Amino acid sequence: MTSLTANIHLLTPEFALAGLALLVFVVDLFLPEDRKDLLAWLSVLGLVGLAILSLFMLNGQTETLYGGLLAVDGFSLFFKIVFLAIGVFVILSSIDFVRQHLDHAGEFYGLILFSILGMNLMAMSRELLTAYISLELLSFSLYVMVAYGLGNAKSNEASIKYIIVGAFSSAILLYGVSMVYGALGTTRFLEISEALAGLNEVNPALWVGWALILVGLGFKLSAVPFHMWAPDAYEGAPLPVTAYLAIASKTAAFALVIRLAAEGLIPAAERWADLQYVLAGLATVTMLVGNLVALAQSNVKRLMAYSSIGHVGYALAGIAALSSGSLLAANGVIFYLVAYSITNMLVFAALISFFNMTGEEEIASVAGLADRQPLLAACIAIGLFSLAGLPIFVGFTAKFYLFTAVADGGFLWLAGLAIFTSLISLYYYLQVIRQMYIQPALAAGSPPEHDQPGEETHDDGHGSHHNEPEPSGPPLARPAPVLLAVLGVALVVVVWLGVYPAPLLDWAEVASRAILPNAPVP
Amino acid sequence: MTQFDQISLFLVIAIPLAGAITAMFLPKDRQEPAWYFAILVSLVTFVLSIIIFARYDYGTGGYQFAREFQWLGEPLNISLHLAVDGIAAPLVLLNGIVLFGAVLISQTITRRPRDFFVLLLALGSGVFGVFVVQDLFFLFFFYELAVLPMYLLIGVWGSSTDFVTFLRTKEYGAMKLMIFLVAGSVLIWIGILAMYTAAAGEGSPTFSMVRMGELAAAGAFSEDFQNWVFPLFMIGFGVLAGLWPFHTWSPDGHVAAPTGVSMLHAGVLMKLGAFGIIRVGMVLLPEGAENWMPILILLGTVNVVYGAISAISQQDLKYIIGYSSVSHMGYVIMGIATLHPVGLAGAVLQMFSHGIMTALMFAMVGAIYERAHIRDINVLNGLMKRMGTTSFFFAIAGLASLGLPGLSGFIAEFMVFVGAFRTYLPLAVLAVAGAAITAVYILRLLARTFFGEADPQWEHLTDASPVEKGVGGAFVLVLIVVGVWPGPLLRVINTGVDSVLRMF
Repeated sequence: MTSLTANIHLLTPEFALAGLALLVFVVDLFLPEDRKDLLAWLSVLGLVGLAILSLFMLNGQTETLYGGLLAVDGFSLFFKIVFLAIGVFVILSSIDFVRQHLDHAGEFYGLILFSILGMNLMAMSRELLTAYISLELLSFSLYVMVAYGLGNAKSNEASIKYIIVGAFSSAILLYGVSMVYGALGTTRFLEISEALAGLNEVNPALWVGWALILVGLGFKLSAVPFHMWAPDAYEGAPLPVTAYLAIASKTAAFALVIRLAAEGLIPAAERWADLQYVLAGLATVTMLVGNLVALAQSNVKRLMAYSSIGHVGYALAGIAALSSGSLLAANGVIFYLVAYSITNMLVFAALISFFNMTGEEEIASVAGLADRQPLLAACIAIGLFSLAGLPIFVGFTAKFYLFTAVADGGFLWLAGLAIFTSLISLYYYLQVIRQMYIQPALAAGSPPEHDQPGEETHDDGHGSHHNEPEPSGPPLARPAPVLLAVLGVALVVVVWLGVYPAPLLDWAEVASRAILPNAPVP
Repeated sequence: MTQFDQISLFLVIAIPLAGAITAMFLPKDRQEPAWYFAILVSLVTFVLSIIIFARYDYGTGGYQFAREFQWLGEPLNISLHLAVDGIAAPLVLLNGIVLFGAVLISQTITRRPRDFFVLLLALGSGVFGVFVVQDLFFLFFFYELAVLPMYLLIGVWGSSTDFVTFLRTKEYGAMKLMIFLVAGSVLIWIGILAMYTAAAGEGSPTFSMVRMGELAAAGAFSEDFQNWVFPLFMIGFGVLAGLWPFHTWSPDGHVAAPTGVSMLHAGVLMKLGAFGIIRVGMVLLPEGAENWMPILILLGTVNVVYGAISAISQQDLKYIIGYSSVSHMGYVIMGIATLHPVGLAGAVLQMFSHGIMTALMFAMVGAIYERAHIRDINVLNGLMKRMGTTSFFFAIAGLASLGLPGLSGFIAEFMVFVGAFRTYLPLAVLAVAGAAITAVYILRLLARTFFGEADPQWEHLTDASPVEKGVGGAFVLVLIVVGVWPGPLLRVINTGVDSVLRMF
């Protein structure tokens, strides 16, 4: 038997990441207040270096560490790169925001680094307690980050809610883990699936255990009915943190769920078949509630919160369709998560940029943006079209792929419902686009009005003149160069993956094969 | 096949799309560069569409200029497979003509001109795409690409209509259109997924329409399956074709849209729907089509009669044309539903003919509205005196739409009637009555608004600009040429119709 730490070198990126986070904390002590930006660049540089280092370790082999608690395989490497990239994007788009609105810049970047470490470990964990601890590392960093707007009552309220609900759900998750352990005598994914497959009769405690785990993870994913914390936390958190919550924490939680399902449950085919319907039901209510409630929102952050709940529903539909016989659903979910991340990054980077210039975050405040700052308006519009699933953007291709996988997995009705709720989502995305492109800008200080520009009636009979008053409103400056770069890269990726996703899908297939080794090779 | 034939279909999609992307880098607020650039791009696609149509070999028939680009391998098997048959080739030509005309007519767009032409070219690319692809994924991709720009094109550059008691805003028209069309595409998407799973169940997962056509011909899809999937396509595509009772977006959308967009929209976009029913519904699900056709022809007849009656009661020039489009698309739907070679060929010819005629009408109404700022037929009168050329062109289009022999509409409608008389006699009689109602509203319109007593308040109106005259004249020429010499067009259409009906 080899030593538990025989291939410890495979964890080099994680050790380096922890070191980098500590380094950021230390350097922060010695930097004067006006030089804190350096920390952001230090973090970005470190993350890029780690991404390159991780890429070198992409050897296609599955190696395990600590006696099988952690796996370094195609799946974890894929998500590591995704998380590091998200980290780079989020840090770059928050530099200006942090300088203008937040204190304690050093800790902010350090916490992002720690949370990335947690996410990396979540993608690697093959054991329930390790997964739980990784999840907590992520959650604790996020609790602090949500509370970062110290003087802001909303931010405080949001963070209290987030911490209480988060701790509550962690406890439920842990309780579920203990019951599963009590019933099966193991917490390792591979052994769980063997034990499940060998069971003749299912112990009720086991079902309770799984139900509790599902509830706990449901809270982390903000799946309906465990979603109510999300809109408040999103609204109260500083904008870059909202972006981070929407993108990174969701993607990481899904990485954990995918591995748990693929390695711990799917090999026990009968038990998985029962769970599939539970997950499909969860996906159904999540899509419906997320998208329907989003219709009623007037704050951009809350809108994005409900929209992200809707997207969680689509991804859950993909999870429900996972099977040992095909990689299609696993590929679909992974592709969808990447598409969702990059598209949200585009929208949030543009929103952050807009907030930096105006301090506004109501939907009505983006009125006339197409005239005031066409680039930002175009970025938001393209991002929202992509989220709604329209071509030539990645949202379309990813949705098509995912829903095909869902239909192929035997859930045609679920795919149909997902397509229908996409139509609902188009309506509220179009409301934002309508504000930017059709409504004139609000005069400074006037209350938001909801009437139509064409409402001034004409005396000359039917048909109003089509020369409406030119939208007024001060033109906005160009976004800062860093944000411009983020927007540019995100825009290119959104279009590129929408038109030519084949390379990404090949890579996603390597990832899914690592966790579903028994799927037939085409 | 020459080297050129192999890439001509790719070019006809790629050039407008590349043009749209390139145009994003033009100056934001200057009209000339954007307009000239769009003219250049649409001229190239216009020439390409003529070449594609002219080089289509009707002696050989079938799918030509085929080219396949692998896009995603196993297990989805999606490829950009391009090919045109005798039904698609005339429609490619139609889109080439109307896109060019719409770009020219959009000279008057002065607000954010660059954005307008970017969206217009993207729309054109999507329409070309639907006509020439042979893969369900890409068909859907281009279908959505054609729908996507409509919201902004109408919402930003459109016009609201004041009905005194209530207001039809352009946002309303744009949102209604978008939601209806995307709701239609929800059904299409579900249908596509059902087709894919059925094909995968047969052991060959694919989105290729060629492969699925082979499966269908081999009887791989059960009749029950066809019976529930066909209506998804019938209604999904039918929404875009203006099928009653899902047509209500169409008049509101047409009226709110700026002139160039109305032209493209009524001229070609609605044809995508009818084309989809033929290409996807009939070819891939022949049994389902056969079982559902009685319902479809009934709905088509309602379209004809209901659209015509609605047009009579309208006061707004654009609404009249909008409802007349609903009525005329009814002939297309009827022709398709006859499953009769003459009727189906008539339907395709009607698509072409109506595309040109309705685009011409919208162009001329746009010219009038540009000058008079009003479209109410109770107020407008005697336009012939002031806007002679405009009125003349409008009159020709109107006569074509009521089916005057010698113009293209006559032959198309006649063929549809022949097909319908042989298959569903009572409905054919009703449809002929619908044609008579068309004569009522068109002639009333011509008599009062164009040839009536001139009102002094319209003294200041000037006639169409040279660009408008050029576009109008060219469209009139097409109507006449197709009217007196439909042979070349029908020869091509017939080869396509034959191969579609071979399944029945």
